[in-house]
Amino acid sequence: MTATAAEKRDYSLTGPNSGPGFTPSEWYSTRIPRKRLKELMKRSDRPSLINYSIWFGSVLFFGTLLALTWGTVWTIPVAVIYGVFYGSGADSRWHECGHGTVFKTAWLNNFFYQLASFMSLRNPYLWRWSHTRHHTDTVIVGRDPEIAFPRPPSIGAWLLNLLYIPALSKELLKMVRLNFGLLSDEQKDYLIAADRNKAFWASRCQLAILFSVVGLSVYLQSFLPVMLVGLPTFYGSWLHHLMATTQHAGLAEDVPDHRMNSRTVYLNPFFRFIYSNMNYHVEHHMYPMVPFHALPALHEEIKNDCPPAYPSLLAAYREMIPAVVKQQRNPNFYIRRHLPATAEPTPDYQRPVLQAAE
Amino acid sequence: MPNWIKACDADDVENEDLIRFDHEDRTFAIYRSPDDEYYCTAGLCTHEEVHLSDGLVMDHVIECPMHNGQFDYRTGEPKRSPACIKLKTYPVKVENKTVFIDIGDQA
Repeated sequence: MTATAAEKRDYSLTGPNSGPGFTPSEWYSTRIPRKRLKELMKRSDRPSLINYSIWFGSVLFFGTLLALTWGTVWTIPVAVIYGVFYGSGADSRWHECGHGTVFKTAWLNNFFYQLASFMSLRNPYLWRWSHTRHHTDTVIVGRDPEIAFPRPPSIGAWLLNLLYIPALSKELLKMVRLNFGLLSDEQKDYLIAADRNKAFWASRCQLAILFSVVGLSVYLQSFLPVMLVGLPTFYGSWLHHLMATTQHAGLAEDVPDHRMNSRTVYLNPFFRFIYSNMNYHVEHHMYPMVPFHALPALHEEIKNDCPPAYPSLLAAYREMIPAVVKQQRNPNFYIRRHLPATAEPTPDYQRPVLQAAE
Repeated sequence: MPNWIKACDADDVENEDLIRFDHEDRTFAIYRSPDDEYYCTAGLCTHEEVHLSDGLVMDHVIECPMHNGQFDYRTGEPKRSPACIKLKTYPVKVENKTVFIDIGDQA
């Protein structure tokens, strides 16, 4: 038996669940001495410049290598590596720069935010405000516009998103609509009026660049230009998608406690580099002011107050896959994270709209 | 009409930091700048009413702990979205190592 329409929740921001979320003071956060928190929040250009130089240097290096090996047996393996640095690397970096925590120097944050947003084919203004709401109302139904796995989650869409197809078609459609100055009611719900024109012009610029690249491909009668700019977002975002799926999938909804609705997963250094340490996701949500390079240290500070981190990506999927399958039949099912004995109890969080069974 | 009240001792606020100060039903943020000047603003971010006292002071900017919106705490001007509305500021004076703020008429 699959979920009936009556069992499905309405995730829209303009539907019956679109009431007020929790107030900021209702959200749980682990206590950290102010002095230590200030150390963790401290901004510095140096570690970020090293990280971003290696990342963008790799994009340029493998992009050049792709051009040099174009049409040879090396084209596919080089394209796979280039795609990961371009698509997956950019998808974590627009997010980090959007928080403004990466660089101490503001223009560096803004520069890389615009660049990585284009590389991820995301509108920088729309996503800034959408993500602001995501942090205010993380996985609160009817409030959070970024719930990637509404219950029951679509397994087909998840698989297609390994090639970024459903997500990117949505982003391209948004880009075209914004180009004409069109906003949906949901977008109007979170994008402030003062930034709407900026969002329209950003989409126009992004579309102009994409059309220029397509035009160059047609002129040269070669796929190389679109393989270098535009298409890598499709064929290179799979690694980010694999990692980002673990952020909230299968966990509780409508709880003002990131320990219950987010996951921290241990990853190898290369994955963490591509993903900008977003595997420390409980930490990122609890303290969004802490830059990506300090998240492992923040994890050490709060881990005794959190459910245990998952030892690997595989371990997270071992829990998520059966949960997502169960949710096909019972959308009320979710994974309840258990706190260690050393943790503070989770706040009383049940809202009338939830009433979900374990 | 001025209405000066004692907010804290000067040493209660570390250099390049802030503290929260509650008075009756109002909340304020008291700042000490890197050049040892004191400032006072409303205590809640104008974006979503988060206490700024948990935020980060960088030079003359306060960054909200929840969404990273920034204000110049000397003037209250928003410097980075999602902060868009000016933060209310209050006059400050330091006498005998005590910080006083002028909260004006109750409003």
